[in-house]
Amino acid sequence: MTDFSEQMTSENPVQKSRLRVFLDSDIFYTFKRSPVAVVSTVVVAILVLSAVFAPLIAPTNPFDPSSLNLMNGFTPPMAPNAFTGESFLLGTDDQGRDVFSTILYGMRISLFVGVAAVLFAMILGITLGLISGYLGGWTETIIMRTADVQLTFPSILVAMLIFGIAKGFTPIEYRDQMAIWVLIIAIGLSDWVQFARVVRGATLVEKRKEYVEAARLIGRKPYAIMLRHILPNVLSPVLVIATISLALAIIAEATLSFLGVGAPPTQPSLGTLIRIGQGFLFSGEWWILLFPALTLLTLALSVNLLGDWLRDALNPRLR
Amino acid sequence: MLAYIIRRVAQSALVLIIVGLVAFSMFRFVGDPIENMLGQERTVEDIERLREQLGLDQGFAVQYFRFLEGAVQGNFGVSYRQGRPVAEILIERAPATLELAAVSAILAVIFGIALGVFTAIRRNGFTANFIMSASLIGVSLPTFLIGILLIYVFSVELNWLPSFGRGETVQIGGWTTGLLTESGLKALILPAITLGLYQMTLIMRLVRSEMLEVLRQDYIRFARARGLKDRAINFRHALKNTMVPVITVIGLQLGAIIAFAIITETVFQWPGVGLLFINAIQFVDIPVMAAYLMLISVMFVAINLIVDMLYFFIDPRLRVDRAGGH
Repeated sequence: MTDFSEQMTSENPVQKSRLRVFLDSDIFYTFKRSPVAVVSTVVVAILVLSAVFAPLIAPTNPFDPSSLNLMNGFTPPMAPNAFTGESFLLGTDDQGRDVFSTILYGMRISLFVGVAAVLFAMILGITLGLISGYLGGWTETIIMRTADVQLTFPSILVAMLIFGIAKGFTPIEYRDQMAIWVLIIAIGLSDWVQFARVVRGATLVEKRKEYVEAARLIGRKPYAIMLRHILPNVLSPVLVIATISLALAIIAEATLSFLGVGAPPTQPSLGTLIRIGQGFLFSGEWWILLFPALTLLTLALSVNLLGDWLRDALNPRLR
Repeated sequence: MLAYIIRRVAQSALVLIIVGLVAFSMFRFVGDPIENMLGQERTVEDIERLREQLGLDQGFAVQYFRFLEGAVQGNFGVSYRQGRPVAEILIERAPATLELAAVSAILAVIFGIALGVFTAIRRNGFTANFIMSASLIGVSLPTFLIGILLIYVFSVELNWLPSFGRGETVQIGGWTTGLLTESGLKALILPAITLGLYQMTLIMRLVRSEMLEVLRQDYIRFARARGLKDRAINFRHALKNTMVPVITVIGLQLGAIIAFAIITETVFQWPGVGLLFINAIQFVDIPVMAAYLMLISVMFVAINLIVDMLYFFIDPRLRVDRAGGH
């Protein structure tokens, strides 16, 4: 294997490694030239990595009751506690939990819900979009009319309703455990329309092209044509929508959790932390609110900027 | 054109019937209404009697029809949590939400159009550029954070304005208004800004881009050549022609304002319909959720329909296109 690939690169200079192809591509060139894109990518990468490795980075595990000391409660950032003398980078909340650690763990949940919800919306939207674009007829009418109806309502409202209905279905003793999954389904279902519309539009264009005709002539099954032939050609707009949807999903999750209809206090996301922190705003403990809020803002803003850049970079008309 | 209107009305009716089906299914399948209405001490006869009384022994279609019949007459059942008719609670709460939404919409329209025109006319000026950049941040900030920020600055630090509630209200007929007392007006300022800010930036950006488009047209150049005053050109000729898309967006955003009021009302503990809805979700109070769903759908569908019709009447070109196109 290694011999073969070395042969390829040394004797035939036209063949390049995948990484090289990427580094030489137009898209990487415009990426390098855009400081906004580079900075937001770096910020997103740092945030994602610190969320993934939260157990290694966080000084304490905020959900392990044995590591908590109530005497440490309400310690301001970077200042020693009056009783214990311990000091915390971003202070502690009412129960003596290190705010920095709760943010890391909270960001984990925010990102997990956001990514999972977008993936769910993407799979649902792509499937329905491909089917309605390729098959047409009644299937298309039903799917796209449903999409139209759903689009009349703001997606946050749809997510709230789905959350409420699903909550009614789950038995009371499982509600807190299931909340995260219910949240993913609610946000995902509120967001599939965009994907379905774009994929359907692109499929309508692609299915008239010759390669699809050829695939049909050699007798490939419809699902194979949809998945193996059409899908790869309609993916680039999907990527743009997915990035922008991710920012929206993170904000939607935070909003729902802030309103108390999302992640429970036992598994707090950034929104839940902001909800908790709001209660201490009047008594002067600003850090319990400020740092989760800033983290949420940075995360949402940098993903948003990345999505904006990607949209411009992949849009042939703007080049 | 008549055919178009009829088709749109039929579509709207279909949407409402489907939403009604969703709302009804919530009643029918989420939890057991008998369980919710009878207490711990009940006999089998009690259950049977109530089942018959409520018509739960009949078929799905009959029950659904009855539900629609009740909903049209404003009868949505009794709230599980408060034990009062849902319609009564909604009527009591509606003025708070409608006042908040109306004031935010007016603020958003006035400031949105004014700032949009300003940034379009002075498009390379420092202030205009500053406003445009600031609006980008405004769009990225989640509504609830804007609310908390305003509370922190104006209630906690400066102590100028109240951070929750409606202040004193005055009862006029069945309508409680906070617009006539000083504390009511003060309490309205922060929630109205929070709710209207996003819509304002949206209208502003739209007016700006439409204005820039119109200002490039020949008839504007001609108006300048005729020696008309800048003000007459900008407002009488240019702004007027940007109004079609702007009115559409304003109309569609009215629905969004009512929906986003849920968030603002929670932040400011504003005693409106949105707060009621959030509490209903938290406590799985199905009748309130279903009623809110029906109410807001009627509102959304009506707004969409009206905007579509308006579009049709404001822009004569559309009438020709649609009639000729099909």
